[in-house]
Amino acid sequence: MTFSRLLATLTVLLGTLLAPAYAQTADAELTQLVDALAPGSFKDREAAIAALVATGDTRVVPLLQTLAEGDLYASEADGKVVFITGSGATLGLVDPVTLAELGEAPKADLEKVKVNNSLRRVIRTAIGQLTLLSDDPRIRRSAAQSILHDADPANLELLEGSIAAETDPQIRQIMETARAVIILQTDATLEDKQAALPLVAAIGGRDALTLLTGALTNSPDELKPSIQASIDGLARDRAVWDAAQNVWYGISLGSVLLLAAIGLAITFGVMGVINMAHGEMVMLGAYTTYMVQETIRQSAPQLFDYSLAIALPLAFLVTALIGIAIERGVIRWLYGRALETLLATWGISLILQQSVRSIFGPTNRQVGNPSWMTGSFELGGLSITWSRLWIVVFAMVVFIALLLVLKRTALGLQMRAVTQNRRMASAMGIRTPFVDAMTFGLGSGVAGLAGVALSQIDNVSPNLGQGYIIDSFMVVVFGGVGNLWGTLVGALTLGIANKFLEPYAGAVLGKILILVLIILFIQRRPRGLFALKGRSVEA
Amino acid sequence: MRSVNRMIAGLGIGAMTMGAVTVPALAQDETIKIGVLHSLSGTMAISETTLKDTMLFLIDEQNKKGGVLGKQLEAVVVDPASDWPLFAEKARELIAVNDVVAVFGGWTSSSRKAVLPVFEELNSILFYPVQYEGEESQRNVFYTGAAPNQQAIPAVDYLMENEGVERWVLAGTDYVYPQTTNKILDQYLKDKGVAAEDIMINYTPFGHSDWQTIVTDIRNFGSAGKKTAVVSTINGDANVPFYKELANQGIKAEDIPVVAFSVGEEELAGFDTTPLVGHLAAWNYFQSVDTPENAAFIEAWQTFMGNPDKVTNDPMEAHVIGFNLWVQAVEKAGSTDTDAVLDAIIGLETPNLSGGVATMLPNHHITKPVLIGEIQADGQFEVVSESDLVPGDAWSDFLPESKLIEADWTAPISCGNYNTETKSCGGSIAVAAQ
Repeated sequence: MTFSRLLATLTVLLGTLLAPAYAQTADAELTQLVDALAPGSFKDREAAIAALVATGDTRVVPLLQTLAEGDLYASEADGKVVFITGSGATLGLVDPVTLAELGEAPKADLEKVKVNNSLRRVIRTAIGQLTLLSDDPRIRRSAAQSILHDADPANLELLEGSIAAETDPQIRQIMETARAVIILQTDATLEDKQAALPLVAAIGGRDALTLLTGALTNSPDELKPSIQASIDGLARDRAVWDAAQNVWYGISLGSVLLLAAIGLAITFGVMGVINMAHGEMVMLGAYTTYMVQETIRQSAPQLFDYSLAIALPLAFLVTALIGIAIERGVIRWLYGRALETLLATWGISLILQQSVRSIFGPTNRQVGNPSWMTGSFELGGLSITWSRLWIVVFAMVVFIALLLVLKRTALGLQMRAVTQNRRMASAMGIRTPFVDAMTFGLGSGVAGLAGVALSQIDNVSPNLGQGYIIDSFMVVVFGGVGNLWGTLVGALTLGIANKFLEPYAGAVLGKILILVLIILFIQRRPRGLFALKGRSVEA
Repeated sequence: MRSVNRMIAGLGIGAMTMGAVTVPALAQDETIKIGVLHSLSGTMAISETTLKDTMLFLIDEQNKKGGVLGKQLEAVVVDPASDWPLFAEKARELIAVNDVVAVFGGWTSSSRKAVLPVFEELNSILFYPVQYEGEESQRNVFYTGAAPNQQAIPAVDYLMENEGVERWVLAGTDYVYPQTTNKILDQYLKDKGVAAEDIMINYTPFGHSDWQTIVTDIRNFGSAGKKTAVVSTINGDANVPFYKELANQGIKAEDIPVVAFSVGEEELAGFDTTPLVGHLAAWNYFQSVDTPENAAFIEAWQTFMGNPDKVTNDPMEAHVIGFNLWVQAVEKAGSTDTDAVLDAIIGLETPNLSGGVATMLPNHHITKPVLIGEIQADGQFEVVSESDLVPGDAWSDFLPESKLIEADWTAPISCGNYNTETKSCGGSIAVAAQ
C-alpha cells in the first residue's frame, strides 16, 4: 500500500516536472492540431480533441471551453480555427494559440465549429483531465466533479496520482468517490470493490442509485448481495423523499391555483358575479410583465433582476383599471342576471384575447426569469426549484394582504357590508356603486398580480387565461363561495390531491378523477367546504 | 304579337350566344382562386398564422412572375378559429361559394380529419403541410409534411447510434398524433431489442402546465444506470412550461437529451434557450440550413413581412414545396381542373430549401431529408445530422395492422389503402377513385 502510494507520488512528481516540457509544444505544431478541429465529422473532431489533450498544453483548456460553448469558428477560405471578438456582421479574429490579433472578417466567411452532446461530454472530461492538477483549488474541484460525473475508467491512473497529491480534504473526497465509482465499473479485485461500495453509496440519492444499479450487472457474485442491500436502502430513502416531494409539488400547484382563483374569490365569491373574463385579467398581468421586461431590456438591462418588482404594481393598476371599466361599462347593468353576466363576460374575454393577439401577435412572448428565480436547490432528498418556491411565498403574501384588506380597512368593511345587505348598507350612507367598482377592481387587480407570477412558469400567450379559468371556478366552488379561507384550503387540497393521483393515474386520468371527486363532493355539500351561514347566504 | 315574341326570343338567344362568347374573354381577366384554411384565432393561431402569411407571400411571388396559365392568383383567406367542425364548414365555403381550385391549410390531425369528407365530396385538392401520424392516404389530399418514417424513426436511430441511448421515455399530448407515433415507436424499439421495462409512455392533457411530477418521473426513470432519452410529441403551448421545468430541475441535454417533433423555431421564440442547449428536434427543414436557396427564401420572406427577425420553420417549407408542385402540375395539365391536376402532379419534382429535391410520390407524400438539430443559445437549431432523401410512407411498416398496406393513386391500383397480400383495395375511398 505504502509502496504504491510512493509510486503514485513519484508519478505526480514526474508529471509536474514533465508538464512544463509538454506546455512548450511548438506553436506551429499546436496550430496544426487546432486546425484539425474544423473539418470532417463529429467522430473526426473527437479524435482531434484527443490529440490536443495528449499534448497536455495548458493553452488547450480555454480552447476547449470555447469549443464547448459553441464560440469557436473556422475561416471558410483556409479552414483556420479562430477565436472571435465582438458581435455583428464583422467580427474580430484572434489566434487561439498565440492569442495574436488576426484582423477582422465578415461573419459570412466564418463557419462555426459544431459540437453535439457527445462531443460536449468528451470536452468536459478532457477539461477535467487537464485541470485536475491545477493550482487553483476551485478549478481542481470542478475538474474532480466532472471526472466523477463521467467516471471513465481511462482516468483511473490520473485520479490515483492526483488523490495522492491533493491537500484539500473535500476535493480529495470527491476524487476518492470518483475512484470508487470507476473501480466498481472495472474488473478490479473483490477487496477493492468492497472498499469502494460504501463510498459510492455515500453519494446518496438518485445519483448513487443510478451508479449502483449500473454496477450491479458487472459485479462478481459475492458482491451482488451487498450492492443490492445498498440499493434497497437507498430506494427506501427515496420512497420517503418522493412522498415528501409530492407534498411539495402539491403545495406548489396549490399555490398556483390559489393565485389564479383568489381574484375570482372576490369577484365571484364576494360579489356573486360570474366573471368569465377573469382568466384574461391574469393574461393581461402577464403581458404587463412582458412590456416591463421589454422596456428594461432596451433601456436599462442592469435592472432586469428587479423587473418583477416593477411589474407587480403596474400589473395591479392596469388590470384593476380594466376591471373597473368592465364593471362600470357592462356588469353593473346586469346585477342579479347571472346568465346574462356570464355571456357578457365571456364575450369580453374573447374580445380581450383577440385584441392582445392583434397587438402582440399570436406567438408566445418571452418573459425571462430573474437570476434569483432560476435553477433549483436540494433540501435533503427534496429538489426545490426557486421559481416555484417564490411563487408559493408570493401566493401566501397575496392571500394575507387580501385578508387584511377585507378585515382591517374601511373599504373592506364597506365591501362586506354591501355584499351582505346592499340596501341596508346604502341606507347607512355607503356609496354602493363606488364599492362595487372598487371590489371588482380589487379582484381584477389581484388576477393581474397572479399573471406576473404565472408568466414565470407558463406561456405568455393570448391563451394563457383560458387554462386557468375552469380551475379557478373549481377552487372557489369547492372551497365555498364567499370565503377566502375556503379558497386557500380548496386550492391546496386540490393541488396535493392532484399530485398524489398523478403518479398512479397519469396526468390525464388524474385530472378526470379530481373532477369526479369534486362533483361527488358538491352533491354532498352544495355550498363547498366552508359554507357561509346566516342571512348573508341569501344576499 | 307572335313575331314580336319571336323577335324577343331571338334577341334573347342572340344575347345568350354573345354572352357565351364573352364569358371566356371575361375569364381572361379573372383570377385563379386559392383557399387558405388556417386558424387565425384560438389555440392554434400561435402556429397557423405564420402559414397564412406564407401562403400570401408565395402567391404574391408567383403573381410577380406572371401568375399561373397567364392568370393572376388570388388568395381567399378564411379563419376556422381552431374549431374542428368549423374547419369543415369553412372548407365547404371555400370550395362551393368561393370556387377555389385548391386549398392550403390545416395543422392538427383533428382539423385534417374534419375536412377530409368535404374534399372528397366536392372533389377539390388540399395541401396539408404538417408532420402527422401517417396511416392515411386520401385521393384529394397531398401530405407535404413528414410521415413518421421521415421524422420519428430517424430521430430514434440517431439517438441510438450517436448517443447510445438504451432507455426511452415517450412523452406526448393525449391525442391522435402522439398516440399513433408512440405506438409505432414502441413497436420499432421493441423490434430493435429494447425491453418493455426500458420504455416509459406518458400522456398529458392539452395545454398541461404543471410538469413538476413528470419531469421528476423522467429523472427517476433515467437513474437506472442506462443512458436515457425523451422522445417528445408534446404539442403547442405545453412545450414552454415543460422546457422551463427541465431547465429549472437542471436536466442537461448531455445527461438526458430530449428530442422533440413539434418544437420549431416559432415555439422557441417564446423563451430563453440557454439552459436547453443540446436538446434536439427532428424536422425536415431548419431556418439555419446553410444553402443558397434557403438564404434567398429567408431574405424574401423577411422583406415581405417587413420584419428582419421573422423566423421560418418546417411547415412553411412544406407549403413552399406544396405550392410549387401545384403550380407545376397546373402548368403541365394546362388547367386547374381537380382530376387533371391530380394526374399531373404525381412524379413532379421541385427543389426543397435544404439542397435536395422533393418528389410527389404516388401515395401523395413527398421525399424529404431528415435533419436532426440541436437547440442553440440563440433559439436556432444547429444541424448535427442530415439523411439522404427519404420517401414518405403513408402506412407504417412497423405496425402489424398496416404492414401490408400501401397507397398508390396511379393506375392501375388507384387506392389509398391497398392490401398487397390480398391484392385488394381495403376501404371505401377506392370507390371514389376514377
